Amino acid sequence: MSTPSISFARLGRRKPSTKAYVAGRPGPLAVGVVMLWLSVIVLLPLSAVVVKSLDGGVGEFWDAVSNPQAVAALKFTLIVSLIVTAVNAVIGTLIAWVLVRDDFPGKRLVNALIDLPFALPTIVAGITLLALYGHGSPVGIDIAFTQAAVAFALLFVTLPFVVRSVQPVLIELDTDMEEAAASLGANGRTIFRRIVLPNLSPAILGGCALAFARAVGEFGSIVLISGNIPFHTQVASVYVYKQLESDSPISAAAVSVVLLLLSLAVLLGIRLLGRFTSR
Amino acid sequence: MMTTRRSTKYGLRFIALAYLAILLFVPVGLILYRTLEPGLNHVWQEITTPAAVHAFWLTIEVTLIAVPLNTVLGILAALVLTRSNFRGKALMDTVIDLPFAISPIVVGLSLIFVYGQTGWFGSDLADAGIQVIFSVPGIVLATIFVTLPFVVREVVPVLIEVGDEQEQAAATLGASRWQTFRRITLPSIRWGVAYGVVLSTARAIGEFGAVSVVSGKISGQTETMTLLVEKRYGNFNVSGAYAASALLAVIALITLLGMTVLNPRKDPS
Repeated sequence: MSTPSISFARLGRRKPSTKAYVAGRPGPLAVGVVMLWLSVIVLLPLSAVVVKSLDGGVGEFWDAVSNPQAVAALKFTLIVSLIVTAVNAVIGTLIAWVLVRDDFPGKRLVNALIDLPFALPTIVAGITLLALYGHGSPVGIDIAFTQAAVAFALLFVTLPFVVRSVQPVLIELDTDMEEAAASLGANGRTIFRRIVLPNLSPAILGGCALAFARAVGEFGSIVLISGNIPFHTQVASVYVYKQLESDSPISAAAVSVVLLLLSLAVLLGIRLLGRFTSR
Repeated sequence: MMTTRRSTKYGLRFIALAYLAILLFVPVGLILYRTLEPGLNHVWQEITTPAAVHAFWLTIEVTLIAVPLNTVLGILAALVLTRSNFRGKALMDTVIDLPFAISPIVVGLSLIFVYGQTGWFGSDLADAGIQVIFSVPGIVLATIFVTLPFVVREVVPVLIEVGDEQEQAAATLGASRWQTFRRITLPSIRWGVAYGVVLSTARAIGEFGAVSVVSGKISGQTETMTLLVEKRYGNFNVSGAYAASALLAVIALITLLGMTVLNPRKDPS
């Protein structure tokens, strides 16, 4: 899958030639065009959010982010995202393990379907979960409008991140070390903890970072299933949306800035992780 | 696997498949069943209403603008990141990743602050008679924003992998930059590009949050497929919402097939 390659792109990066200009390479014009594109599409709008959040001064910014409902939404978003990330770390690694080391009929189909949450529009994901686990559930489980439902929707949309980040590493991982450990009398648990896990941990962490970033910003799959109850199931992105709808742009912008800072922190974390593991 | 005991192996397999069934397979299966329950005729009627047809073509139109633009500039950005040295390269690298990490709602909001009525360019654009927000250009801008990293992130690893020796050789032999790109670089990255295009297309068709903020959701004008699904669900037209969802799900399955065929990171199973 695509997104985990953020972290892997850095792992194998060769040091580029130090010559400033080499024949056949993109020149300053190409650099300029890309810079301009990024500025117009990404940087200009994002700076508008930051400027807007400070429209009423620092005081109003602070009032907006310390509003009890905003704090509750941010807090719930953070906690539920951390829980979902932790679950993904365990179950994602487990699924990757089963897909690489195990063999059973239909494995290729299961492997292909892992990417479904990336391909399926988020609003469809929300409706899909509501059909089975909402009001009138055919299996008698109704979790609609609960905090558990939010976690469930987030587990759905973040499923592929850890699996797809761990899978290629597990494929590359030689079984020699594990066999050596086994021949020396280590049991399965010890081998996993001492040999496999240390090799996988950068990939697990990379996948977790992406899953966390996605969970913090998620909107489409949550908006219907959460019921959007303030102080209970309202997440930060839905809070921002509601603030905009109720014509409080500065408050929407201020909470967005907090979310932006979180995104930046995650990206920097992935960067540091890449630098650390490529040494 | 000699190091894994039989019981552990079956236990892990059971946990993995049970988790996937509860979270993914059963819900998706149920929604497909519920969609087809009233009959294919009904589904066809629901996805051929004037509003649905318009939403479908608008979604295609937006995708056909956003994806090619991001493909061309994505390839250029990947080349710049792997083949050039300049000040601010690390910054460029991070900015390209930003759309992956940012909430779609923040994306939509940011566009309103730039192009909306009270935004930075709002009054100038209004004077010129151009409406961006609550109109198609806003939807296009939002879609370009959220799909920006896909092609870059698929092409960069391929460019690193193939190295630049052949490009250097071509340049030494007198090939122009464009010739080198077309004859040497492009053929070696084409599968990476194709994979990136498939991912961008899926995201462009399925984008909801960013588009829902900037579109204004005017039926027959600025309503995309995903917005139509939400509106129908909100209006208690559940079977209509399911039908439109099913169309999106079919597109998702085709995408999935494309991803499986094109994925450059093959698994050995």
